[in-house]
Amino acid sequence: MAMIGHKKQHMPVLAAARRVSSFEEVPLGYTLAMAEHEADRCLQCPDPQCEQGCPVQVPVRDFIGLLAQGRVEDSVRKMKEYNRLPAICGRVCPQEEQCEIQCVLNRSGRHPVAIGRLERFVADWERTNGWVETEPPEPNGQKVAVIGAGPSGLTCAGDLAARGYDVTVFEALHAPGGVLMYGIPEFRLPKAIVEDDVARLEALGVKFVYNVLVGRTLTIDDLMDRMGFGAVFIGTGAGLPRFMKIPGENLGGVYSANEFLTRINLMRAYRFPEYDTPLRMGRRVAVIGAGNTAMDCVRTALRVGAEQGLIVYRRSEHEMSARAEEYEHAVEEGVQFHWLTAPVRILGGEDGWVNGLECVRMELGEPDASGRRSPVAVPGSEFILPVDTVILALGTTPNPILLKATPGLPTNRHGCVVADPATGATTRPGVFAGGDVVTGAATVILAMGAGQKAARGIHEYLSRTPVPV
Amino acid sequence: MYRILHVRQLTPVTRLYLIDAPLIAESARPGQFVILRVDETGERIPVTITDFDRGAGTITIVVQEVGKTTRLLAQLGEGDCIRDVAGPLGSPVNLPDGGRVALVGGGFGTAAILTIARELARRPGVQVDAIVGARTHELLILAREVGAVVDRFLPCTDDGSLGYKGFVTSLLGEKIAAREGYNLVLAVGPMPMMRAVAEVTRTAAIPTLASLDPIMLDGTGMCGACRCRVGGENKFACVDGPFFDAHQVDFAELARRTKMYHYEERLALERFQAQDRATAEPVA
Repeated sequence: MAMIGHKKQHMPVLAAARRVSSFEEVPLGYTLAMAEHEADRCLQCPDPQCEQGCPVQVPVRDFIGLLAQGRVEDSVRKMKEYNRLPAICGRVCPQEEQCEIQCVLNRSGRHPVAIGRLERFVADWERTNGWVETEPPEPNGQKVAVIGAGPSGLTCAGDLAARGYDVTVFEALHAPGGVLMYGIPEFRLPKAIVEDDVARLEALGVKFVYNVLVGRTLTIDDLMDRMGFGAVFIGTGAGLPRFMKIPGENLGGVYSANEFLTRINLMRAYRFPEYDTPLRMGRRVAVIGAGNTAMDCVRTALRVGAEQGLIVYRRSEHEMSARAEEYEHAVEEGVQFHWLTAPVRILGGEDGWVNGLECVRMELGEPDASGRRSPVAVPGSEFILPVDTVILALGTTPNPILLKATPGLPTNRHGCVVADPATGATTRPGVFAGGDVVTGAATVILAMGAGQKAARGIHEYLSRTPVPV
Repeated sequence: MYRILHVRQLTPVTRLYLIDAPLIAESARPGQFVILRVDETGERIPVTITDFDRGAGTITIVVQEVGKTTRLLAQLGEGDCIRDVAGPLGSPVNLPDGGRVALVGGGFGTAAILTIARELARRPGVQVDAIVGARTHELLILAREVGAVVDRFLPCTDDGSLGYKGFVTSLLGEKIAAREGYNLVLAVGPMPMMRAVAEVTRTAAIPTLASLDPIMLDGTGMCGACRCRVGGENKFACVDGPFFDAHQVDFAELARRTKMYHYEERLALERFQAQDRATAEPVA
């Protein structure tokens, strides 16, 4: 066995100076030599704890073991038994709190195996070296509708198609991917990867129908009673943006994170006027919030011409929900952080555009329901940040359109669909749900895990239900 | 892809398109709209559904050429396809089963009152006046279609070339003063017109709905670009609207928000026209 190094193989990244003027991907990926070297650090535990931490149960030990032996194609095949979207997971999963945190190497003070980077390597290897063929499934003649082409829907659709189901995905927008396409920026997840993964699903027999907003264009009753779908999976995500209800929110230059990111990622406003969707970008941009979406917004703003990008967050650095890697990249790119700062109102000029953000300083008080110390305003500490663009990255909740149009589908007080976490089953027979529409805004991988579980739940349900003649 | 089955020129700058869109036709209701994207690099724009035919699986839209996207659309003819048409979007307008209703349409807004007029024509208890206006009679669109389904068709022209000489708001004001007894007024048209209608009906305390047309992006409630202040509260026109209580709408803010991208819109249009000229007159 090779010597187990203390440190992970370093991931090459694009230089910060070059990053802020382009949408090129920031982490560049391992070379084959780096990947094999890193794979060699894996101890091949008899009882791999890392796999316990993975929401889609990637066979981490085995795919890394095959990689260490130089059997990359076999490694791809092993991975895809459980995860059909590894190029996406390898880039956007919070591995540090899922698989890598469980790695046994942590116990001896070493860095854990870089599971996420290896997953990405394996997936990218397949993209460059040709797709690894899998056995085409035997059609079983049963139709399933998937609503929403985001992470949970794509996973559910792929898993069902692999079991022989005739799957149709209905998507409200004109492109697949959901948050992978409209939300996560190109420099973190190139859109070509999402398009390739969708093309693989199409090759597996999954059909995609765009511009269908279920709840308006069709209802779940239409799908099940009129169109012959035996089961439906709701994976519509959490797409409704939250606003602050502070004065000035409707001024020009105030965007929800969803609007800002959709203009740029889905509509390619950064290539205006070649693309028709415009975006008005100021010179000093304040992004309210400190989650991954906030980091995406502020880093995107710098790439589309903002001279200064500010994060304004009412709590401190320790409470922010952004991944460490995203925060580090933001710091490297020159983002300024205003911790313990809460917006009070947005100020505008006579032209109706933003010219400042009035804030108040905060102190941390007692821990709240979420376990985070809740911030309290310091009286008389108001001050004005001179900014000309404000982006609200305050989180999202499920879009109520489909839920309102579907009788007999209970929701909780946050507007989320109530579903069995093990199977995705709702109280309505044949209707399953998973991802952000059930949990509220969470991560891509948790949504994928829910899609995978629901695919199993739907398979069990339809195996019990006789096929209508 | 959504095929254009028929195009009809209504005025020099306004065209009617009959589009093959069976799923939308099946579920469309009066007051709803679609979001369309002409081509792969196009923007998403909201357009009111003027008419729909469930049996034929078609919808009708009327589009006036104002910027790049609408001019790009105008270059398409019968048999051509629009890249994306999503809908029906928005909430159907809530219509009464009885009483007197005035439908007020200005400019190409008249197109939007056609589905509403048709729906009201099916309700025997409702009496409908259509007060529609244009600068001159040649610009008055869909007069025959709307006229056929309302009780009284009252055209207005600025130059007096057809019907009442003056603005729709003046005629509406006169009718109200003459105690026509409207129970509901619906206004669709340019924002200054809808705002003026709201002022006319406010003093008479007649419930009035206006169809708002703010900037939209996805049209599904995802971005909030279309947020409008109604009764001091933010509403999404794409989900809660497009029809709102006109007396509660903050029109001044709406007018300002609608102009947010004027500079970019002009830039895109100028660039488009320059390219168009270059294609039309190839340099030897």
